[in-house]
Amino acid sequence: MAIANDKIKSLLTEQFGESLTHWEEPYGMLTFTAPRDMNLKVLNFLYDTPELAFRFMTDLTGIHYPDKKGEEFCVVYHLHNLVENVRIRMKIYTAAERPDVYTATGLFSAANWMERETYDFYGINFVGHPDLKRVLNVDEMDYFPMRKEYPLEDQTRVDKDDEMFGR
Amino acid sequence: MRTKKVRLNGPSQCIPKRYVIMTATENKPFPGDVHPTPGGGVLVTALDDVINWARSNSLWPLVFGTSCCAIEMMSTAAPKYDWSRFGFEVARATPRQADVIIIAGTIVNKMAPVLKRLYDQMADPKYVVAMGACATSGGPFFYNTYSVVKGADHIIPVDVYIAGCPPRPEALLHALITLQQKIKSGAVREKISIDEKNKTVLP
Ligand code: SF4
Repeated sequence: MAIANDKIKSLLTEQFGESLTHWEEPYGMLTFTAPRDMNLKVLNFLYDTPELAFRFMTDLTGIHYPDKKGEEFCVVYHLHNLVENVRIRMKIYTAAERPDVYTATGLFSAANWMERETYDFYGINFVGHPDLKRVLNVDEMDYFPMRKEYPLEDQTRVDKDDEMFGR
Repeated sequence: MRTKKVRLNGPSQCIPKRYVIMTATENKPFPGDVHPTPGGGVLVTALDDVINWARSNSLWPLVFGTSCCAIEMMSTAAPKYDWSRFGFEVARATPRQADVIIIAGTIVNKMAPVLKRLYDQMADPKYVVAMGACATSGGPFFYNTYSVVKGADHIIPVDVYIAGCPPRPEALLHALITLQQKIKSGAVREKISIDEKNKTVLP
């Protein structure tokens, strides 16, 4: 019997009180937001508590919200409980001026390359990461390509033949 | 290499019967005549033609695929299309044993030095096939890209280009047969450059 989302939620609120916010269940996957500096505390709790035992990090990535002042960058963690087959999603937000987030590499070795990728594309600085350098792009790249800082293509341009480009 | 007439086993006798060996890929005979004689056969040919014939019929591709086009390349190698019918069966996992590199997929900036290095590690004579729109020009990633090389020919010289996204296995087979014809006709890069340097005219 899989552990219910209500149970996970009550265990987490019991431990962390009101600091965890924005509870949601899109497509049945429990999702919440934690304060930036508490990410390791919450991850540790999810890992160590015997009833929860989220010991597998399936995904870690970033999102850029250029219009959210002070919360421009989001880091998303996906955790999996292999015994109960339950998944959970945690988000933290950080400001663009200082996109520093504590690294999860101490807890999950899988976070190593995923944090490097997130750094590579969004420039999020994972504090304490053992080897924070680009992983997919060339080392000489001096910008973060997935940031929404670049203008979209002019949708009215006519020099591209729509038939050729499937638009 | 100079084109020469060679004779094996002494002078050719006036034996009327000729053996014509057909190659598998086109109706072009083996470039030489074999005259049977009592003491053994006599081969009359131009040496370059035989070498090119041999090279073109055992092109070993390098196992190299960087994205979706590689799926079509695998399918071409698999039993349904079976490129071993034409002499490409021995895909090699090391550039030192490969003759042809099929660039099957997008080449990104990070991959470019690796591709160059693989090409440099291949032994001469070596050939390059650019498979698909990405390898030819950057293809779907030609506009507004931060990572894609706009054509593998920015990095290494390409012998045959294939259009398509992805090209069908038949197109890849056609490209490889085109490469064979190119090799058989002697129109490979090295030969052209040597002739330019020595300012000699082809016979
Ligand atoms: S040409 Fe098309 S199918 Fe081939 S690698 Fe590029 S995107 Fe993929």
